[in-house]
Amino acid sequence: MITLGHYLIVSGLLFTIGFAGVLLRRNIIIIFMSLELMLNAANLSLVAFSRFRVDSAGMPNYNAQVFVFFIITVAAAEVAVGLAIIVALYRARQTTHVEDVNSLKF
Amino acid sequence: MSSALPWYILLLPFFAAVVIVLLTKSSRGLSSFISVAAVLGSFICSCLVFTTENIRSIELTWIDLRPILYVPLGFVLDDLSKTMLVLVTGIGALIHIYSLGYMKDDAGKSRYFASLSFFMFSMLGIVLSNNFVMMFIFWELVGVSSYLLIGHWFERDAAAEAAKKAFLTNRIGDFGFMLGILMAWTATGSVVFDDMAQELGRITSYPGYLTVATLLIFCGAVGKSAQFPLHVWLPDAMEGPTPISALIHAATMVAAGVYMLVRVGFLIQASATALSVIAWIGTVTAVMAALIATQQNDIKRILAYSTLSQLGYMVMAVGLASGEAAMFHLFTHAFFKALLFLGAGSIIVMLHHEQNIWKMGGLAGRLGITFLTFMAGTLALIGFPPFSGFFSKDLILALAYEKNPAIFWLALFTAFLTAFYMVRLIVVVFFGKPRSEHARAGREAPWVMITPLMILAIPAFASGFGFVAKLFLPLPAQEEHGWLVPGLALAATLAGITLAVVLYRRRESDPLDFALVRDRFYFDEIYGFLIKATQGVLASLSAFIDRWILDVGIIRGAGGTTWGFGSLLRLLQVGNLQAYSFLFGLGIVGLIYFTLFR
Repeated sequence: MITLGHYLIVSGLLFTIGFAGVLLRRNIIIIFMSLELMLNAANLSLVAFSRFRVDSAGMPNYNAQVFVFFIITVAAAEVAVGLAIIVALYRARQTTHVEDVNSLKF
Repeated sequence: MSSALPWYILLLPFFAAVVIVLLTKSSRGLSSFISVAAVLGSFICSCLVFTTENIRSIELTWIDLRPILYVPLGFVLDDLSKTMLVLVTGIGALIHIYSLGYMKDDAGKSRYFASLSFFMFSMLGIVLSNNFVMMFIFWELVGVSSYLLIGHWFERDAAAEAAKKAFLTNRIGDFGFMLGILMAWTATGSVVFDDMAQELGRITSYPGYLTVATLLIFCGAVGKSAQFPLHVWLPDAMEGPTPISALIHAATMVAAGVYMLVRVGFLIQASATALSVIAWIGTVTAVMAALIATQQNDIKRILAYSTLSQLGYMVMAVGLASGEAAMFHLFTHAFFKALLFLGAGSIIVMLHHEQNIWKMGGLAGRLGITFLTFMAGTLALIGFPPFSGFFSKDLILALAYEKNPAIFWLALFTAFLTAFYMVRLIVVVFFGKPRSEHARAGREAPWVMITPLMILAIPAFASGFGFVAKLFLPLPAQEEHGWLVPGLALAATLAGITLAVVLYRRRESDPLDFALVRDRFYFDEIYGFLIKATQGVLASLSAFIDRWILDVGIIRGAGGTTWGFGSLLRLLQVGNLQAYSFLFGLGIVGLIYFTLFR
């Protein structure tokens, strides 16, 4: 029997993997992908919440699913902006490594 | 009977001052005319008030916060204030007229007469006030007008300095006066003299409090009446025009302190300690000033120290619990001292502003009327019978004889010194050979200056007789002492006269030379040193506070703290994106921990 807990554990694992990727990887594109992984971990837990919160008529709670759509939309927009920034960064610095981009320092 | 007359007395000079300042400043003749007319008007109203029995004035309410504080704009019209009114306006009027001659060609004549009228207003305010608040305000106004008049020739440094000195010294006394008023008000719940007298029982049971309050009030008189140790301003105040010295610094303003003490006599006489302090301060002033006067060479300074000495007598009388004797001496002194100053003024003017007595000499012949009137003033001052000073001084001496022998002998010594320095002045100035060009060419002063002298000579001679003085003052009932006290006084006076004549006859310079006395016991130097030392200590203290507590502690402290935190926090700004993310995640974890698991 698969319960809400299982889903949440998977979601938490995905989120942790994503966050670790963000922290540890050097390539901005990989970091970006890890970010997407974190977003999708959140999506997974939202869908799980929706599925396991059933009202008296046996229907799932759709609010959470609406949230997921919003997140997917925003993520798409974010990918567009983020990739554009990465391209611009590459043009300016000829690199996609974060260690090389540290001039925002006093 | 209720009347608006006192208001006219008070406000006429005030309006004269306002009109002169606002409208007629450019016309010197008109200004002086307005001022003289105002003071004559005041004098006539004063005479009317004086002759009216049971006169009451219209009283206005100024501050009404009963039962805490009630300040009326009211006048007190008893024998005391009526006499003072006539005295102040009468001598004031004569001196206004005299000033017409003395200040004839002065460029600041309008300003002079405006200040003079303003002074009359303030002085009459002191005399008329029926409560401490009004009196204190007029008290300060008198200080201001005195400042303006001493500094009339402000382009002379000495005059400007003297004006500042007078004002500041008075402020010291006035501060004590204010504290005393506040203490008396706190205890009695009133500032009106009559009510305070009724409520006096509320403080007499606390003798310590009463003594402190009384002595603080006395501080005001010490400043204004130039008693030791605040006497230093009066001799310097002689830098002002001579009529001012006569009116303000001899006859009226300096007497205000004595008048105030007599006015609040009910308060002072309740404290025996305060009385003896007052008596001794008066005695010290009298002896010290008389000693200094014997070695001065400036004619006005000699008279100034003589004023100090006579004020000392008055304060002594107050301290011996006889307001009547003090007022009697104030009354006679006002006439003869005004006379002496005006006489000195006409000598000074005729000798082209020469004030050194050793450059005068042989003036008796050429300044005949001045000489005769000056002699009358001198005889009154040294207490030669039957001139007025004899009677009033004798009264004080008898009082001292009765109550305090030590004070009596000192007062007698002062009488001897008084005779000595005044006869020295007369002998040097009026007899012998002229010692300078100006003295040889001296002529009699114009009539406008001589007439007030002659008028003043009459009361200087006659105001001491019992039957004359009784018209103006309640004289104290005197116990019969036989001829002992007047005899001793006369002997002291004669001794002083003889000694002075023997020592100073046909001299070209002073045969005596006591540096300590000539330099006025170094009071100015001591005060100068004290002020400098105090100022030095205060300045270095405030420099220390400024440099170490304000600058280092607060200003640099605040800056340094911010800077320190800033440099600690900048260690976090590594510029590495992943470090920020790590901290961000750490923050989230912390937040979750604190919200869910605590």
